[in-house]
Amino acid sequence: MTMFLWICVAILSFSLVGFLYRLMKGPSTPDRVIALDSIGVGLITLVGLFSILFDSPFFLEVILLLAIIAYIGTVAFSKFTEKGVIIENDRDAHK
Amino acid sequence: MTEMLINSLIVIFISVGVFFILVTAIGLIRLPDIYSRAHAASKSATLGVMSILIGVFLHFWLIEGNFNPRIILGIVFLFITGPVGGHMMAKAAYFSGVPLAKETVRDDMAPLVDKEATKKEQL
Repeated sequence: MTMFLWICVAILSFSLVGFLYRLMKGPSTPDRVIALDSIGVGLITLVGLFSILFDSPFFLEVILLLAIIAYIGTVAFSKFTEKGVIIENDRDAHK
Repeated sequence: MTEMLINSLIVIFISVGVFFILVTAIGLIRLPDIYSRAHAASKSATLGVMSILIGVFLHFWLIEGNFNPRIILGIVFLFITGPVGGHMMAKAAYFSGVPLAKETVRDDMAPLVDKEATKKEQL
């Protein structure tokens, strides 16, 4: 079981290297944001596997926290690339 | 016997999840444009992370006897927000003018976007 989990950790690290390749090379900004989102997902899975490996349930809050932070980051970046601002103060900004 | 069954269940869930994360990485490297990459990232990464978290949840519940509702909350949250994040990013990419791949046959969105622009000019 431990050997299997370490092999899974190795494969996940290889896929994180793939996401990092897209993050560095990606021709446009949304490419990089999508790669960052996927890196967040890969980190969540690594936290889950390491909490099995270290035999402690105390890391499991980190999963929910990382999911929320990755989502907020994606939404903020997509609003920035679409409108140029993240929080708009105009009253008639939605016309 | 029971422990072996539980272990094989956990191994199946975790290996399916790892397979889908690997497929996400291959798709992000090999696919030609931003929209197909968003397709790969939002679908298979969400499925992979949900499957791995189900495996982790089953491990902590059935082997350690520790029912942990935070993992279920995490699964539900990822299931809701993963596709939404991919959709918002692809939409922002389209409206900020990221070009489509060379192999694209037709663009159903373009006439609608033009109509929106002319309507905004008339107002």
